[in-house]
Amino acid sequence: MSTHAPSHEDAFEAHHGHSHGHEAGHGTLKSYMTGFVLSVILTAIPFWLVMADVLDSPVLTAVIIMALGAVQIVVHMIFFLHMNTRSEGGWTMMALIFTIVLVAIALSGSIWVMHHLNVNMMSMSPEMMKNMP
Amino acid sequence: MTELTDHALHEGQAPTFYLQEEHHPEGSTMLGFWLYLMSDCLIFAVLFATHAVLGRNYAAGPSPADLFDLPLVAVNTSMLLFSSITYGFAMLEMEKANRKATLVWMAVTALFGIAFVGLELYEFAHMIHEGAGPQRSAFLSSFFTLVGTHGIHVTSGIVWMFVLMAQVTKHGLILENKRRLMCLSMFWHFLDVVWIGVFSFVYLMGVLG
Repeated sequence: MSTHAPSHEDAFEAHHGHSHGHEAGHGTLKSYMTGFVLSVILTAIPFWLVMADVLDSPVLTAVIIMALGAVQIVVHMIFFLHMNTRSEGGWTMMALIFTIVLVAIALSGSIWVMHHLNVNMMSMSPEMMKNMP
Repeated sequence: MTELTDHALHEGQAPTFYLQEEHHPEGSTMLGFWLYLMSDCLIFAVLFATHAVLGRNYAAGPSPADLFDLPLVAVNTSMLLFSSITYGFAMLEMEKANRKATLVWMAVTALFGIAFVGLELYEFAHMIHEGAGPQRSAFLSSFFTLVGTHGIHVTSGIVWMFVLMAQVTKHGLILENKRRLMCLSMFWHFLDVVWIGVFSFVYLMGVLG
């Protein structure tokens, strides 16, 4: 079934020259279930790590949480949102990459700038605070 | 437009709303909706950045470890995950042109969505009751803004779900309704993607300290 369906779709697309939004919005029962099972595992592990206090190092736990979160986002993109490089002639992928670049700039830029602002600001003691205008 | 009216008059029936969309290329709607989702993604990115900057400023108030109830968040997360897979089932039934099963799975999805929003409102009410409202500290302001914005999105998705259930009941699984269902599918799964960021970054990392 899974080997049959794509070849049929490819033939369909090759014949018509363009897609009718087919590959953009549809999955199979198998792909949905794969995505769901992976998501459950990828959600359960970080919750377990934090709630059962498994690792001694909070930094390592944080890194694992963020890594698993990133993997799960990719899993959702592929199995639930049906992202691939072919849909809409590649424009959805282009829009996604552009957005990821903007998100990376917004996130890292904000954290970087505000961290330096915090570090370089003069820290105030309660006495200094009282004398504030 | 005049062509359309003439045509309709010849046929002896009122012009239908969908007639003008006859030559509408199917692909462009999905691409346009995808671009909307990407712009929505930027809104969430800014709110995440705000929380990253302000999330440690407790103003001598409660910290995430004092406030967050992780078992509740885990239940909440599973509600959203289940709603994703049930919406997937609705889409599969739509593919088989099975109207009744599509409606049933949409109803199940909507119930999971309502459970999610309900649990979130319970959490918010509980926190505000404890004096940890959005005005308490910068951390709580950014928390309520980020999680609340996501909650409003889910609520909109639920309203959209009921509207589409009415549409499918009335008109059946026509091409236009299929397109709308596919847009809602993208919206719903996208909200699940954003929630991955929320539970990882806000709740779990917050409790870690």
